[in-house]
Amino acid sequence: MQKTRHIKPVRFIVEVGILVVIFTLVQYLISAGLLNQYYQINLASICINIILAVSLNLINGFTGQLSLGHAGFMAVGAYASVIMTNYMELPFIVGIAAACLAAALAGFIIGVPTLRLRGDYLAIATLGFGEIIRVVLQNIDYVGGPAGIMGISKMTTWPWLFASVVVTLVVIVNLINSSYGRAIISVREDEIAAELMGVNTTKYKVLAFVVGAMFAGLAGALYAHYFYIIKPETFNFLKSFDILVMVVLGGLGSTTGAVIAAIFITVLTAALQSFPAIRMILYAVILIMVMIYRPQGLMGNRELGRRTFGKVFGSLWGEEK
Amino acid sequence: MILMNIEHLHKAFGGLSAVLDFNAHLEEQELIGLIGPNGAGKTTVFNLITGVYKPDEGKIHFANQDITGLPPYEICRRGIARTFQNIRLFNDLTVLDNVRIALHKDVQYPLLSAVFRIPSFFKGEAEMEKKADEFLKIFHLYDKRYEKASSLPYGDQRRLEIARALATNPRLLILDEPAAGMNPNETAELMELIRSIREQFKLTILLIEHDMSLVMGVCERIYVLDYGQIIAEGSPEEIRNNKRVIEAYLGEEVS
Amino acid sequence: MQEFLQQMVNGLSLGAIYALIALGYTMVYGIIMLINFAHGDIMMVGAYIGFFAVAVLGTNIFVAMALAMVTCAVLGVVIEKVAYKPLRNSTRIAALITAIGVSLFLEYTTIFFLTPNQRVYPAEAFPVTNYHVMGLTLSSKDIFVFVSAVVLMIILQYIIKRTKTGKAMRAVSLDKEAAMLMGINVDKTISITFAIGSALAAAAGVMMGIYYNSINPLMGIIPGLKAFVAAVLGGIGIVPGAMVGGFVMGILETLVSGYGSSLYRDAVAFGVLIIILLIKPTGLFGKNTGEKV
Repeated sequence: MQKTRHIKPVRFIVEVGILVVIFTLVQYLISAGLLNQYYQINLASICINIILAVSLNLINGFTGQLSLGHAGFMAVGAYASVIMTNYMELPFIVGIAAACLAAALAGFIIGVPTLRLRGDYLAIATLGFGEIIRVVLQNIDYVGGPAGIMGISKMTTWPWLFASVVVTLVVIVNLINSSYGRAIISVREDEIAAELMGVNTTKYKVLAFVVGAMFAGLAGALYAHYFYIIKPETFNFLKSFDILVMVVLGGLGSTTGAVIAAIFITVLTAALQSFPAIRMILYAVILIMVMIYRPQGLMGNRELGRRTFGKVFGSLWGEEK
Repeated sequence: MILMNIEHLHKAFGGLSAVLDFNAHLEEQELIGLIGPNGAGKTTVFNLITGVYKPDEGKIHFANQDITGLPPYEICRRGIARTFQNIRLFNDLTVLDNVRIALHKDVQYPLLSAVFRIPSFFKGEAEMEKKADEFLKIFHLYDKRYEKASSLPYGDQRRLEIARALATNPRLLILDEPAAGMNPNETAELMELIRSIREQFKLTILLIEHDMSLVMGVCERIYVLDYGQIIAEGSPEEIRNNKRVIEAYLGEEVS
Repeated sequence: MQEFLQQMVNGLSLGAIYALIALGYTMVYGIIMLINFAHGDIMMVGAYIGFFAVAVLGTNIFVAMALAMVTCAVLGVVIEKVAYKPLRNSTRIAALITAIGVSLFLEYTTIFFLTPNQRVYPAEAFPVTNYHVMGLTLSSKDIFVFVSAVVLMIILQYIIKRTKTGKAMRAVSLDKEAAMLMGINVDKTISITFAIGSALAAAAGVMMGIYYNSINPLMGIIPGLKAFVAAVLGGIGIVPGAMVGGFVMGILETLVSGYGSSLYRDAVAFGVLIIILLIKPTGLFGKNTGEKV
């Protein structure tokens, strides 16, 4: 939220260069067979979780609206995309577009009535809506009911994952670092003052909610086409909690924090996989400890410095001072 | 020219009438005071004018438009800006961002141009920043533009609030106890500032203030509110000598 | 009509269980503004303690329930001291996350020690007899659950309205600072609130075991959520509201699964929640309070 100046071609080229290098390197590792299945799955999980955490952070961190229904939007995206690809046999890009649109629409329909509520009440309402989405999916035979859909073709590849993460970060960071973003943040800071300074707070709450939902939909589409199978149960409120934990752990209102926490939690979950019995207990203890000793999260609401990867995405087109 | 006209404004909370048959009018570029004992309903009047509360009865006309019951941001867009009795800045944001948010309603580029960072975004941002800087300079806050609003000293916070309100480009500026908590020196400076911005921006100003020297010193006309009702109206001189006003303040000397 | 009445009767005992859990949510929320997501899991722990009391120690159901209540009261106080107290001055969301952490901790510690498997509640815990009154079937289970829940609620009402402790609880929930200045031991009052809320949840847990015949480590999640909805329905922070909310939820749920699809049962619970929130966010018994400017 500092000054945004004109484009600096050199920096722009350098940053795009870094992205190209990262992309090519991983692509090479995969095609050369140096990255085994285990690492590939974790890589996909990391990418999907980054998208989820960064998009929820837009709603919870920047707009200050406590949403506990993010998994619901992920579900909408997952099912919408699978209907397009598996049922209608359309290309993946259509599935992704449908996922984003459907989730954004769901975000709009849910956001307009609920965003009048504040704090805990909003949290409960979004949790309720998230659960309703799940239960409704359980009752639609067309999409397999409680058993869900199996045998989804694996279309989510590294290029898709990488592009999705980059697009999510660029869109959200650019949005936040603009006048629209400041309007969104003013809602978090003081809704009444913002309204009295001419900011249509309802509009920006809905905007943040819809954009957040849209990217959750994208994550859902990527998830469905990577893990072959989707079930309504996968997208229950515990999944929403998982995403919330990443956001709070990273620091509400910090995009880089959300990215780091998404990676950290995914890796932690994977590492603890070998001790299934105590995995969740440890996870819970770490969660409680972090909240007690660092309740503002790892990053507070600050962003990491420009030289680290986070800002690379943020300053793609403009330099942050 | 009448800028604002308020007729028969009424607002009750529960069974209690906070504002009762409030009538007032503001001339273009007037500097008007609204005074009254604690709990008289002054801030409620401000909240009704700016749309924080919806009036139960009555009409508010502003610049020949009926603004009764409009949402606050609409009222702000029509040219009414305000400050708050308890400072309400965007605490976690910089001084500059506080002012830029007030400029947002006239943002010059569309949302998608921000997302895709096309040239109109950079042009619009540069203009916005230039404008914000101008306001900050007027209020001697330019040097602190990158500081967090919450880290400013109290007097600076009060002035930032006025700067932010002014940035919304109002015709009517409503100040809710602008000098609260200031020392006499700061208050004198503030009076000067209020006068000068009125000239510079051709503003009408309505203010609530407990500091009688400030009210009597700058206001051209004063309304006195007690138990939600106007009990007197007139020039500072008339108010000073009004018996009902003196009574309302419980014999307190109105100096 | 007969069937409708039968559903109502079935709903009453389920509603009584929800009401008991909802009371804990609402009391804790009233006093420290925290949605204690671990509350449903305390109920689960209570159910297990009741289970072992009957199955291993061979106690009767009343002793089992008392044992569960006492243990969970202690557990609730410990949780508050260890996990929530350090966060009393930090953000609401940090406290919420901690509650989620505690919830996961209770669930998975139970799984770790007792396996994730279902356990059948010991039949000797409660011999079932069915009574037929005016064409309605009343099971002794339902009567037991309903009566003991109502007795507990009456005791709770007595504590809140007639004792010094209850007065302290009400004072702290109104204004913590003022209560402290009046010489009320706020920490102790909060501990007592957790103790009472957790004891009620434990009783509900034992009833849940009797009602559904089986228990498992994750049994607290959904009823916890529904009880929470019940608390919101009645107006969170308002004790009589939680009772009414609990009964409404229980009856609605049995009616929906009786007449509609049982799969939609959960959706209806949340549907009710959302309708309430959109029409009267402060719940049936809540007062609307706007933010002061």
